[in-house]
Amino acid sequence: MDQTPINLLEIKDLKKTFSISGGLFSRRLTLTALENINFTIRQGETLGIVGESGCGKSTLGRCILQLLAPDEGQVLWLGQDLTRLPAEEMRQRRADLQIIFQDPLASLNPRMTVGEIIADPLRTLRPELNKDERRARVLKTMEAVGLLPEMINRYPHEFSGGQAQRIGIARALITEPKLIVCDEPVSALDVSIQAQILNLLAELKDEFGLTLIFISHNLSVVRHVSDRILVLYLGRIVELATGDEIYEDPKHPYTRALLTAVPIPDPRLARQRNIDALKGEIPSPINPPSGCTFRTRCRFAKPFCAETRPPLERIEDGRLVACHRWREIEVPVEAVLGV
Amino acid sequence: MKQVLKVEDMSVTFELHQSEVHAVRDMSFSLSEGETLAVVGESGSGKSQAFLAIMGLLAKNGRAGGRAMMGDINLIGMAPSQLDTHRGKDIAMIFQDPMTSLNPTLKVKTQLSEVLVKHRGFDQQKAVMTSIEMLERVGIPEPVKRANAYPHELSGGMRQRVMIAMALLCQPKILIADEPTTALDVTVQAQMLDLFKTLTQDFGTSLVLITHDLGVVAGVADRMMVMYGGRAVEKGSVDDLFYDPRHPYTLGLLHSTPHIAKRAERLDPIQGLPPSLEHLPKGCSFNPRCAFAFDRCLVERPPLADTGNGREKACHYEGPMAYGKVA
Repeated sequence: MDQTPINLLEIKDLKKTFSISGGLFSRRLTLTALENINFTIRQGETLGIVGESGCGKSTLGRCILQLLAPDEGQVLWLGQDLTRLPAEEMRQRRADLQIIFQDPLASLNPRMTVGEIIADPLRTLRPELNKDERRARVLKTMEAVGLLPEMINRYPHEFSGGQAQRIGIARALITEPKLIVCDEPVSALDVSIQAQILNLLAELKDEFGLTLIFISHNLSVVRHVSDRILVLYLGRIVELATGDEIYEDPKHPYTRALLTAVPIPDPRLARQRNIDALKGEIPSPINPPSGCTFRTRCRFAKPFCAETRPPLERIEDGRLVACHRWREIEVPVEAVLGV
Repeated sequence: MKQVLKVEDMSVTFELHQSEVHAVRDMSFSLSEGETLAVVGESGSGKSQAFLAIMGLLAKNGRAGGRAMMGDINLIGMAPSQLDTHRGKDIAMIFQDPMTSLNPTLKVKTQLSEVLVKHRGFDQQKAVMTSIEMLERVGIPEPVKRANAYPHELSGGMRQRVMIAMALLCQPKILIADEPTTALDVTVQAQMLDLFKTLTQDFGTSLVLITHDLGVVAGVADRMMVMYGGRAVEKGSVDDLFYDPRHPYTLGLLHSTPHIAKRAERLDPIQGLPPSLEHLPKGCSFNPRCAFAFDRCLVERPPLADTGNGREKACHYEGPMAYGKVA
């Protein structure tokens, strides 16, 4: 993007906690799912969000869409704060912000036909359309996602996972949204089908000028689709940079560790690669480590990392990184990817 | 290298109300000591059913044919009571979802020690001690504490380690792992794959890795077998198949897999859908999705044939397969 891009969405100081029961006689515990989340999404870009399970990536997607109400902070859509929007106005706004889910079959109502499923958002969001207009829109959208017109009266169980995901994509597209949150859209699909759906999303993005938020635990997939990548760890941003920067020059030790763990479909490379496997597993978000939450698994951690939380620093070209030691630790790319 | 398993002409058939479905046909392969064989394919390719058959774990309406020779004993068609003397002891299997493979009502140590009491005649105390040692060997921190935990108290990665520990307690010669890392995060997956390498190198365990993830295959396997529509379509060393695939399906899978170090604008996936086993296409099962199919492929099924250098493929096409042509 050469010109100054428009900030479609601006997330400011977002925080989301969940209150969970600690047992019958225990007091309730607070789980901080997201904290201090600040970033912008530019019009027309694909922003990848990666992290391990429990890092808050799906919660973030849902907070952006107001499917979950954040505790604090703002979600500014073209300058308008969605968290303060009255319910009816938010509902109208939903035509612009759609979502695609991971399990395509589970996210489709088994008792509705494909045509009814895809048309459903129009009933609420475009009530002025009559039946024929709705049907015309449904058929047009089905064609765009590669579904045949004769499938309109079939039921979800008659479809494979890949086709079901196309139905889910059609349902998201029909309101002509500006932004689609794709929450692990290809994780449940076979390899060849996964590639078909990734290509479809890329084509639709170009055709309709969409902005995508692509949430996935699969870094190879995220690398493939994203312009910029946001790395989350225990509900906090640890790094945000362009795809190339993240993969060629990761600054945060967690990003590096994630990259070295990604399986590479190249046997020679895979053998010579020195995997710097992270020790242990992600700590509980109920009782996160003090200071830098990643320090318990970080091989660069120093005693002072336990004392203060590293701020999210803006470094060159708008990259963001949250690490006390990012300037001192240099790991060459070869060590990360073996290339 | 000593062969530990030799499978010949194996088939798996399921009896339905009106018909039969052939999930696996004409499967033959061998597995050497300390070797890792990857079995690759998409859903419905028969990759899991083939190994469930070897373990005697097919659903009630399924039956297996052919031979799976472990030394001079044939595991196919063996009575369950006799199979029980080998399962767990000589050959063990772990599954994708460790939660559904563990009994939620029993402590980890109870489930682990049972194997040793049954197969190796250990007394309870010695069995628990050995179980705890094994938990430590598979990289579980605080093994005594974990041994006293119930499965739901452990994370996904930890549960999969418990499953692996259980499978290894009797030091089986053969370990079959069905999508063992699919449900795990990449960082935990990397730890698991590392553990598999240690097993084959230090214990001489032979590993069958059933997976759809070519990244995982590249990192740990020696040889691979690609399955499509219930049959093996290409076999050979991992390097041969990755750098010089001879079957269009193998090539298509490789081009469908995103590579973290190479950003392509578009992937070059195989078109269409995997076939239903009930309605396999005539001739070569892959022909409707194949960019290189010609007349013969529509009528005559290509047999799996030796192409030299320990490679086999089932494909009539002999010409070059350029990148970008499988589209």
